[in-house]
Amino acid sequence: MTWVMANLGLIAERALSHLGLAVPAVIASFLLSLPVGWFAHHYRWSRTALLGAAGLLYAIPSLPLFVLLPTLIGTGVRDRVNVIIALTLYGIALMVRSVADGLDAVGVPTTSAATAVGYSTASRFLQVELPLAGPVLLAGLRVVAVSTISLVTVSGVLGVSSLGLLFVDGFQRGIVAEVVAGIVATVLLALAVDAALVLAGRVLLPWTRRSRPQGSLVTP
Amino acid sequence: MPDARMIEFRSVSKTYPDGTVAVADFSLVVPRGQTTVLVGSSGSGKTTLLRMVNRMVSPTSGEVLVDGQDVAGVDPVRLRRRIGYVMQESGLMPHRLVIDNIATVPRLNRVPKASAHARALELMELVGLDPAMARRYPSQLSGGQQQRVGVARALAADPDLLLMDEPFGAVDPIVRAELQAELLRLQRELRKTILFITHDISEALLLGEQLVILRTGGEIAQVGAPLEIVADPADDFVAGFVGLTGERRLVVRRVDGVDIVVDGSGRPLGQVAARG
Repeated sequence: MTWVMANLGLIAERALSHLGLAVPAVIASFLLSLPVGWFAHHYRWSRTALLGAAGLLYAIPSLPLFVLLPTLIGTGVRDRVNVIIALTLYGIALMVRSVADGLDAVGVPTTSAATAVGYSTASRFLQVELPLAGPVLLAGLRVVAVSTISLVTVSGVLGVSSLGLLFVDGFQRGIVAEVVAGIVATVLLALAVDAALVLAGRVLLPWTRRSRPQGSLVTP
Repeated sequence: MPDARMIEFRSVSKTYPDGTVAVADFSLVVPRGQTTVLVGSSGSGKTTLLRMVNRMVSPTSGEVLVDGQDVAGVDPVRLRRRIGYVMQESGLMPHRLVIDNIATVPRLNRVPKASAHARALELMELVGLDPAMARRYPSQLSGGQQQRVGVARALAADPDLLLMDEPFGAVDPIVRAELQAELLRLQRELRKTILFITHDISEALLLGEQLVILRTGGEIAQVGAPLEIVADPADDFVAGFVGLTGERRLVVRRVDGVDIVVDGSGRPLGQVAARG
């Protein structure tokens, strides 16, 4: 506890740095998964191949990826961009399926009704399909966010600043409190981000909360 | 003077990729300002025909004219925005408030939100909905209320033409009767061109000014006003479909000096008040 008290500033700095890696990766993987997931949803023949390929990304071991990426894209090993790109790939692996499933869940009657009343393809996607896929997208995004925050720690081994660096450093120097602080702070950060997403969902998807008929209704 | 022909089907056919012939060869003029009802059982191609009008389905051959213009040459999105469409199960957007659902087409046409919402509230009154429901979601409404919202949405851009795809098929009989009466009242007020499809002959006889009775494959068995068809059915198929060989085969009987009408199954329907 004394170590924690004495190093609150350091923990806060590492936590911010941690978010600085995780948040861009989560956003990028969400945005990149949208067109891929839409393609898999819209063109059924591509679904198995696309979802399979996306899933395979997750099979790449993270540490070798962190080490290999710099040689592929010509950045330094400790460059934060490497870490963000690697995390984005893992995010895509999880998110593409959520996008495809979420769009599938919208249902043909609704999309066909939208077309019949005069939505164009683009307005239908942005104003009907995307919001209605919202609950499934949110569920996927929560998994991606938590998993990304946990994966960021691996980059600590390379010396990139994050909460992961706390337990790498603590392990090397035999400071148990630092190791524990790193783990607990990572879990707390994941929980906080998850709670923020749930809250955002309540604001952005209001109809999912008010779907039960109210008592005062009278037919017709 | 606008063309009296609002819609014209010219020898249209539709064969689906799997080889099913939904419509073989169909021609019909839908007159402006009237309700035309296509009535037939499933497999009669009536939904396919309706969906050809707003290009949800493209005919394999032949053409469909709306306002004298072949719809094949019209941008489908623009076409659909000037044709009201009411479907079974309402087809409302579950994530949008009632008022936003009604304002859909004006908003897509970039009408400012305030005036689109003002128009939506007027329409709610017109179709008999309490404006207090404007800020509810469709799932918070009963089936009958949802259908009213669907009608209001179809009217929002003040289209000349309304397509109605079995709009009252999924509600219970009491609500259905109310909605039918409401549509008759609206139509007396608005005089839109309505193309309505149903499999329910009673509904067709009630709502249609022009009735089109379909056999399978979109073959027309008879076209005419309801009275003409009941008075002079073209053949046994029409007579059977309209019920003239069954429940609508009525008999006048004299009981205690009063003429009463009895239906095909012997059920008394009422007294004869006058003739002519």
